[in-house]
Amino acid sequence: MDTILSIRNIVKVYPNGVVANKGISFDIEKNTIHALVGENGAGKTTLMKILFGIEKPQEGKIIYKGKEVHFKSPLDAIHNGIGMVHQHLMLAPDLTVAENLTLGIEPRKWKVFLDTKKAVDIAKRVSEEFGMEVPLEKRVRDLPIGIRQRVEILKALLRNAELLILDEPTAVLTPQETEVLFKTLFDLKKHGKTIIFISHKLKEVKAIADRVTVIRDGKVIATEDAGNLTEHEIAELMVGREIRFERIPPSPKVGAPLLKVKNIRYRNKENVEVLKGVSFEVRSGEILGVAGVEGNGQTELVEILTGLRKADEGSIVINGEEVIGKTPREIREKGVSHIPEDRMKNGVAENAKIKENLIVDRYYKNPFSKGMFVDWKFITKYSAKLMKDFNVLATSPDALVSSLSGGNIQKVVVARELSMNPSVIIADQPVRGIDVGSEELVHRLLKEARDKGSAIFLVSADLDEVLELSSRIIVIYNGEIVARFDDVEGLTGKDLGPYMLGVKREA
Amino acid sequence: MNPLLKSIFSANFVFATLRVTTPILFPAIGVAITSLSGSVNIALEGIMLVSAFTGVVVSAFTGSLWLALIFGILAGVGMAALLGYFHLNLKADIIIAAIALNMFASGITVFLTYIFAHDKGTTSSLKSLVFPSVKIPIIDKIPVIGRMFSGLNILTYVALISVIVFYYIVYKTPLGLRIRAVGQNPDAAESVGVDVKKVKMYSLLLSGFFGALGGLYLSMGYVSWFSRDMTAGRGFIAIAAASIGGNLPLGTFFGSLLFGIVNTLAIFLATLKVPSELIQMIPYVTTVLVLAVYAIQKSVRSGGEE
Amino acid sequence: MKIEKFILKYFDMIRTIIAVLIGVMVSVLVIYIISKSPGHSLMYFLTGPFMTRGRIGNLLETATPILFGGLAVSVPFQASQFNVGQEGAIYLGAALGTAFALSFHFPAFMYAVVVLAFAGLIGAGWGYIPGILKAKWKVDELVSSLMMNYVAYFLGLYMINYHFRDKSAGFLVSYELPHPVWLKQFIPGTRIHLGIILAVVFAFLVYYFLYHTKLGYEIRMTGFNLHFAKYGGINTFKVIVLSQVIGGFIAGVGGMVEVMGIHHRFNWQMSPGYGWDGVVVAIIGHNHPLLIILASLFLAYLRVGGQVMNLLSDVPSEMVTVIESIIILLITAEAFLSQWKYRITVKQAALKEVSDESAT
Repeated sequence: MDTILSIRNIVKVYPNGVVANKGISFDIEKNTIHALVGENGAGKTTLMKILFGIEKPQEGKIIYKGKEVHFKSPLDAIHNGIGMVHQHLMLAPDLTVAENLTLGIEPRKWKVFLDTKKAVDIAKRVSEEFGMEVPLEKRVRDLPIGIRQRVEILKALLRNAELLILDEPTAVLTPQETEVLFKTLFDLKKHGKTIIFISHKLKEVKAIADRVTVIRDGKVIATEDAGNLTEHEIAELMVGREIRFERIPPSPKVGAPLLKVKNIRYRNKENVEVLKGVSFEVRSGEILGVAGVEGNGQTELVEILTGLRKADEGSIVINGEEVIGKTPREIREKGVSHIPEDRMKNGVAENAKIKENLIVDRYYKNPFSKGMFVDWKFITKYSAKLMKDFNVLATSPDALVSSLSGGNIQKVVVARELSMNPSVIIADQPVRGIDVGSEELVHRLLKEARDKGSAIFLVSADLDEVLELSSRIIVIYNGEIVARFDDVEGLTGKDLGPYMLGVKREA
Repeated sequence: MNPLLKSIFSANFVFATLRVTTPILFPAIGVAITSLSGSVNIALEGIMLVSAFTGVVVSAFTGSLWLALIFGILAGVGMAALLGYFHLNLKADIIIAAIALNMFASGITVFLTYIFAHDKGTTSSLKSLVFPSVKIPIIDKIPVIGRMFSGLNILTYVALISVIVFYYIVYKTPLGLRIRAVGQNPDAAESVGVDVKKVKMYSLLLSGFFGALGGLYLSMGYVSWFSRDMTAGRGFIAIAAASIGGNLPLGTFFGSLLFGIVNTLAIFLATLKVPSELIQMIPYVTTVLVLAVYAIQKSVRSGGEE
Repeated sequence: MKIEKFILKYFDMIRTIIAVLIGVMVSVLVIYIISKSPGHSLMYFLTGPFMTRGRIGNLLETATPILFGGLAVSVPFQASQFNVGQEGAIYLGAALGTAFALSFHFPAFMYAVVVLAFAGLIGAGWGYIPGILKAKWKVDELVSSLMMNYVAYFLGLYMINYHFRDKSAGFLVSYELPHPVWLKQFIPGTRIHLGIILAVVFAFLVYYFLYHTKLGYEIRMTGFNLHFAKYGGINTFKVIVLSQVIGGFIAGVGGMVEVMGIHHRFNWQMSPGYGWDGVVVAIIGHNHPLLIILASLFLAYLRVGGQVMNLLSDVPSEMVTVIESIIILLITAEAFLSQWKYRITVKQAALKEVSDESAT
């Protein structure tokens, strides 16, 4: 067996100090389907970006086909026979399949004109060569996602890719389309291609991979023949780690449910059912943690709960009142706070002042406004105090949010969302991308809010966080709640992992 | 009513309409090409103006129609290149930069008109040339059709041919394919190595080319002098025309024709009691209605997502 | 490196001033190239507006409609709504306001106010159309407002030419407005009228509105980040519509003020361009009403200087338009001087590292 790709000791440190890859080494044999598994943030995306020429490593080398390579750009990688099929497909919707396939390398007639017939022929040839049928003259936007993905794969093959990287390819496919994809991948293997298959879905990994590399916390945990590992074992390798966290002391008092969610269903624009009947309750004085890999419906669920998106069906009752279909302001007035997943998009207006950001949910109430006028004197003093209480390090309340570090920006968001004694707090990835000190502060504040009687709905891709803070835990997978743990004592990542990865589910 | 109806459905009307449509069709093609690449070019107004001016002055000083044509085109393309440079390289907002360039064009053309012709209003003191009218051999002899289609200025015929050229460039050349790809999904284009900035610049240069022809027609065909702000908003009307036509070649042609018909109607209806101002309003009202209808049905179709 | 810290804090302002200075330098250069007596031309250009009382008056009266235009632009721009329909709102407000004033009579003490309010309402309606189309159906407000400018022009022209035309006058103009509607010109030797006071009052009102009222706050936050505004509970639909309505109102008033103060009848056969001037001063003034006052005075200064120079020497006043456009281009080119800013930023960050380390 030839080794086509050798990854040796890759270290990647991002400018903000995060070490994404801590010395990754493994080999990929030619003509195999090699699966790369790991949680979000484990470092596999970074590694692929390095391989495809989008990022540069600090240390380490990549040996491709026996030679050391440093790709400077995706085009460089493409010219060397590496093709990538991204999760978000890169196709021009109003162009035909043949046009998309030959974009950039268009065959010409008399040097100036497009030879459309030749383009179709070239496309036909490559499609037949690999046995992947595609409607060559149809526009991409009229095709289902499975076919579009096939076009993407052909795009890489047309450019003579020998090594194909597929990033979460089945995330957007129906089960039937997935079967078709697998057949395609097996055929490609027969044609001598090598495939790197990045996925969370362990059943699929077991179904098609020859080899598996498990990455965790920036390091390779294991590289094995897929046949030698069960799904459970892979799952454990992915999420199991020593207990590094300290579970917070249990809540002093747990009361009535303040947030009751029943049967939420939602279909997105591509008509994929993202939420398939989600139900749960959060009681006063408890933190309900939602464990799950990103992309299983959490984002849409949070947006529905906070009024930023409309569910197709279901009921949301807060403090006894039905709020489904209500506006964000109406929901906030019921005592709901929202720490958003994307703080720069939703949580702040970065070119505005800190004090302007701190009051967006309350500026119209007394004492922040009197009549139609905003009382900036009061707000400035109020903001200064808030910044002190929440340890926001800045020159003054008049400083722009853009001048703050990530951790301080999140503290601004948290300061706003936790300062009005909310009954329900929806915290979505509350400590993503911030420094340890700020992380500790945010967690402490959530605990205090819980102790004061708030009901907290915590969504996080960080298992440590979920295990540390939650009074109860539910696991979401593929738009459904697949597990509920009312007793979290002694629970570890190894227990949750299989549910998160779709390997196991409660009856 | 009868004599009026007769004159509207006459060959003269068609002839006049084609004359009037020409300086709208050229910039509309320019707007359409840029829009296909994903940017809005509202500087056609200024592009036409500088070309109109340059053609007149060059023809007056060199006595050469060809030189006037070449320099007129260079002036238009040069303006478009400026827009491209400021937007693509210096990261200026393309709308504001275009507004600034329109202002620049307006000011500098009058400024130089004064310098060259010692008059701020027009260059009529200069002996500038015009592009010739052309009698098409056989067609000319046909009774009604001849009256409609023969004897128009050569640039009008060029405009009609430009629609076909536009079609060919966009749908039959690699550049056109890349322009469309960049307009639909710049990331997709990048992923196969297409230089997005370059493609957008090319589309701007093309729009400068067509816009220049429109300007040259105005000052050397429609009339035979340059006067201040003579484009009179045609560069903006072109945006509407291209918009109505979905930025497609045939659509842009019909969109421009619509405005041409309406403007000609106004001229003809002036003999009647209907106020010309009300007639001239129609294309703009129509554009707004069309834009609204298009947007409404798009939002209904996507199911009213947030 | 205190200077560098200062530069970083006020970078935008400094960049604007540099752009303005470059523009002025270009004008000086042009004058030297074109003029047969550049020294004189330059003097007329730069000092002309102050030479006589009448000229100073010209400066202020020219600044008035420009200021209204700038304020009318600033409100939607602060909400990130690219509505450029002020040109049409000014024109139609003036035209229909004139029609209104000629058709109805009110007691003298309120006549002017009612007419202005009416003109404002017309402008408001004009801003409403692109606003509601954007808010409800996402129709691009730039194109729709551009089209509305033309509709306004023809509509206004029609009303005046066909229903209110003063046939006794030589040109196509409306009847003269009744005297109680005139805005008094109160400084002898000039045409400075009450309108300028009204303009400045409006500037302060808009300032207070944008920076001290709830709706103003909503407009600004929506302009900063639409997602943030929605997430925080602001009714962005309302903001999108109202910001354009308010802009239109100011424009309508501004157009009528010009008619009532200077011309005393409607005589604009072409659109006077105050809407576009408004866009220019709004950009120079970064959409801040008080800075727009300065920008309007500056633009008026350039215009009048250009006129004086045009009158008394051999350089055409259109040079001013060219200068304006250069200034705008430099201001909007974000990459302009951005390298300089980047270098200072990096240096400051490095310095901070060093001082942090030595502190620990």
